[in-house]
Amino acid sequence: MESQKGATEQSSAELAPTEQAPAGRAVTLPPRPDLSNGHDPTALGAQDTIEVEIRDLCLSYDGATQVLKHINMDIAKGQVTAFIGPSGCGKSTLLRCLNRLNDLVDGCTTSGSIVVGGLQILDQTLDVTALRKRVGMVFQKPNPFPKTIYENVAYGPRVLGIRNKAQLDDIVEKSLRAAALWEEAKERLHDNALGLSGGQHQRLCIARTIAVEPEVVLMDEPCSALDPIATTKIEELIHELKKQYTIVIVTHNMQQAARVSDFTAFMYLGELIEFGQTEKLFTTPEKQATEDYITGRFG
Amino acid sequence: MPLHTDSQYEEELQQLRAKVLEMGGLVEKQISDAVTSLIERDSTTAHEVIERDHTVNYLDVAIDDACIRLLALYQPAARDLRSITTSLRISTDLERIGDLAENICERAIELNQEPPLKPRPEIPEMAEGARAMLRDSLDAFTREDSDLALSVCQRDDRIDALTAQIFNAMLSQMRQDPEHASRATRILFVAKYLERVADHATNIAEMVIYLAKGKSIRHVSPLPDSV
Repeated sequence: MESQKGATEQSSAELAPTEQAPAGRAVTLPPRPDLSNGHDPTALGAQDTIEVEIRDLCLSYDGATQVLKHINMDIAKGQVTAFIGPSGCGKSTLLRCLNRLNDLVDGCTTSGSIVVGGLQILDQTLDVTALRKRVGMVFQKPNPFPKTIYENVAYGPRVLGIRNKAQLDDIVEKSLRAAALWEEAKERLHDNALGLSGGQHQRLCIARTIAVEPEVVLMDEPCSALDPIATTKIEELIHELKKQYTIVIVTHNMQQAARVSDFTAFMYLGELIEFGQTEKLFTTPEKQATEDYITGRFG
Repeated sequence: MPLHTDSQYEEELQQLRAKVLEMGGLVEKQISDAVTSLIERDSTTAHEVIERDHTVNYLDVAIDDACIRLLALYQPAARDLRSITTSLRISTDLERIGDLAENICERAIELNQEPPLKPRPEIPEMAEGARAMLRDSLDAFTREDSDLALSVCQRDDRIDALTAQIFNAMLSQMRQDPEHASRATRILFVAKYLERVADHATNIAEMVIYLAKGKSIRHVSPLPDSV
């Protein structure tokens, strides 16, 4: 595990676009032509470190219709970034780019660059499994495996080659604790996970995601199938998780974006319209379209 | 600006705005009548103003209720949020201006029971200045006009200077003729009330700048030249 991590860091250093990063910024790209449609991709403050850097990202599922149009965005390490926008605006597509899930769609073409922790992830020679270890995903509908709670969480570490029982026990406990599920699950680790409630399923999926110690956790509408109490639990969990992970969340619930995120990106028709600190975006947005959307004056 | 997709929300926001404007209009009249009652020594008008203050108070409570309802039910954001929080604050300032109008009338009634002192030019100028500031701050709210709002803030210094001027004038009058002390003190109170009216008008104008621009200029010194 340790040596593997070291190897990844090595390769990411080689792939990092610049060597001379000033203090406080992990990655600094040389100046580029303005591709941002007038919007500043760097909404981050000086104290923020860039974890994910998206540049001039375009995507089409059929080669004709642009689903993502020249997206430029920096995602801060150890912070929560929310993508909001009406259905079909491209926010889930953008999220899925971050761990190459769109590769599964036939005919999907992507251009531009995405750098995650120094690694060029759109590189076709990239080991996608290794990427998905670093960038985990929690889906809209909880999708636990039809296995025991323990096996759900231990699955990822096992795939990565961990066989030692004590080590696996430790990972399972740590992950379930981090996902705020340990107290409810510790007596029934070897029961079938499908016996848990919907909210517990989602926390189990979060535990399963963080069991492989990713750097980034992607969440695609993680609460849309949950009741308000389970939703609150996940939101509390997000506050806890960001101490250790970079979180990117897609949500239709604007109040949720406002509550849980540090940065918010508003997307519309495949474009990133506005990206900034959540508090600013929800009190004094700069673009009229953002204002109209978050105040409910859309469509 | 396009309308909300939620027409009930839209209507409630418009009703809130209408209530703030209604309260603003009423408070403007209260101040105007209070000044008239003082300058024209008209105690009847003064009593009417005092009577009407409960309507101002009623509107203050109604605006509070409407704001709290909107905040609880609709989770407003951006301009709507700023508009609601601004309304909450403006209604508080208007309510205080209403109280000051009442106070001016109380002093006017007391002054009217004694022979007039030689009129001082500062009082009409302060009254007109404070009244104009209030009117303009409310116009600025109606039109979300941050330039007009800034001009209101800029005029506050003049009112403060007049307050200092009349304070010295009344003080020397009291020294020369202690007989005048009770009336001079009341006139001083009136000057202070008008100075407070101008301060509340300035608060309203500052909130309008926040509403229009999302920028707070409160407690900023010196004032910016533009917003």
